[in-house]
Amino acid sequence: MPIIAAQGLTMRFPRVTALDDLTVAVEPGVVGLVGANGAGKSTLIKILLGLLPPTSGQAQVLGLDIAREGARIRERVGFMPEYEALPPDVSATEFVVHMARMSGLPPTAARERAADTLRHVGLYEERYRPIGGYSTGMRQRVKLAQALVHDPELVFLDEPTNGLDPAGRDEMLGLIRRIGAEFGISVLVTSHLLGELERICDHVVIIDGGRLLRSQEVAAYTAASGALTVEVEEGRDLLGQHLHDQGVAVRPEGRFLVIEIAGEQTYDLVRDGVADLGLRLIRLEQRRHHIEEVFAAGPAPQGVTR
Amino acid sequence: MTTSAIHDIGYRHYDGRRLGRAYVLRSLFVHNLRAAFGLGRPARAKVMPFLLAAIMMLPAVGSIAAVALTKQPEALIRYSSYAPLLQIVIAIFLATQSPVLASRELRFHVVPMYFSRPVGHLDFVLAKLAALATALLALMAVPVTLLYVGGLVTRVPGPRDQLLHYLGGLVGCVLFALVLASIGLVIAAFTPRRGFGVAAVIAVYMLSSAVVVIIQELAEAQTNFALAGWVGLATPFNLVDIVQVRLLGTEAASRAQPPGVTGGVVALAVCAALVAGATAVLYARFRKAGLS
Repeated sequence: MPIIAAQGLTMRFPRVTALDDLTVAVEPGVVGLVGANGAGKSTLIKILLGLLPPTSGQAQVLGLDIAREGARIRERVGFMPEYEALPPDVSATEFVVHMARMSGLPPTAARERAADTLRHVGLYEERYRPIGGYSTGMRQRVKLAQALVHDPELVFLDEPTNGLDPAGRDEMLGLIRRIGAEFGISVLVTSHLLGELERICDHVVIIDGGRLLRSQEVAAYTAASGALTVEVEEGRDLLGQHLHDQGVAVRPEGRFLVIEIAGEQTYDLVRDGVADLGLRLIRLEQRRHHIEEVFAAGPAPQGVTR
Repeated sequence: MTTSAIHDIGYRHYDGRRLGRAYVLRSLFVHNLRAAFGLGRPARAKVMPFLLAAIMMLPAVGSIAAVALTKQPEALIRYSSYAPLLQIVIAIFLATQSPVLASRELRFHVVPMYFSRPVGHLDFVLAKLAALATALLALMAVPVTLLYVGGLVTRVPGPRDQLLHYLGGLVGCVLFALVLASIGLVIAAFTPRRGFGVAAVIAVYMLSSAVVVIIQELAEAQTNFALAGWVGLATPFNLVDIVQVRLLGTEAASRAQPPGVTGGVVALAVCAALVAGATAVLYARFRKAGLS
């Protein structure tokens, strides 16, 4: 069952059309929603929460209809807004406990879940201090914690990496990946940066001017046409030569080796090569920004691609 | 990528109970009631409400002491007059605490956090109104109750009459609380900055009482006592006092009241319209804020 499905979703405001005949369906997992600022991402989230009735079209979240079952949707999802949404003069604990109760958790459960969730997002002793003194990274974590505290089946994260420095951005992305992989909670995460979502998403939906540009599994094409970045502590050229001898397309790039993935066996060859030569492997990862290259390559098809 | 400390704990799903609308509404009410007295927030947020609550007690204590010392029961302040007598203190409480409930969550954009959960717009508004009204009721009813108990202890004559007057006084307090909470919340909900909210509530209170008193003076000078009475509807303390005088049969604590039971019924209708109107306005205000 798709966690989110929309059919012909259109949202017109007096001056702008925020969504234009959007039809899309996504399966459980971490879903990236990418679009430039003003592409209609936040509007789509408000519609999916059942708070904003669309001009036309329909949508289902977790199999529930947004027009008729909005309240039931809101019991089962979490929402992290992109803007500042925290009172400065209460502690993170106090705020998250209150939000847990607003989702119907009894007092004791609300306290336990709040403590657990704040720990999961990486807030420890500071959670007893007023939020007003927090850094941007800590505030983002509190916002994330309140979205997770009632153990939803799906969370909407609106621009969670906004305003974070590169290290904070990496931590937030790692956290989102874990929400999907370890917590077993589906995620719809928005960003205007395709590159960062590619690293953590199972599926990416791209919208522009309220229209669907593309909706696709990330794995579908990174596996077929991707490249690997490999970094070893010493002996880069040694490994490059070794792999080249075995027929792998490989080229050096700075301190790394860039390797074309021909199939599953490429990974084995890299692993065996590193082991045989006794090298220390520092990094082995899918090349970034790959989706962007794919989308830059040809005109995007309209409609659902799943 | 992430730290090992986080990894070790492991995520646990929640499969316990999820309570319904009544629980959420009650939690929201308690949360707002606590906020009205600065509870759950830093110490400086508690100073003003508790200082004003303490000031509210002083005249009652003094009055009881006077009765005990002089043995003159007339020294006991009338229950129905207590709120009008201390209206400036109550107005300051209303001005400083209305923004805490009405505009704090607007200003910091917390409102959408509620409406993305199973919290209804109407429940949200009713909880705020009820919480501020309860806070105001406590502010007024506690000293009034102290007066009554003090009267019993000092053996003020006519215990049965005292009880009836006390109960009538409590009804008046409830009405004061509802009317004032409605006015305060609506004004504060349209002034996102706290300072402006405080000033706006005080301004509305001061201006309405000043204008009403001026018109009443002019009307009385022209011996138009009916007009003087009807104008009293335009300022909150006089408005509720009209209900007290005309429907509960208390002695007047305000300058003038419109004549007869009709005057009282009209005043009560105005009170009801204020509460209903405030609910509707706040509903629209917070609903809009939930979408921004």
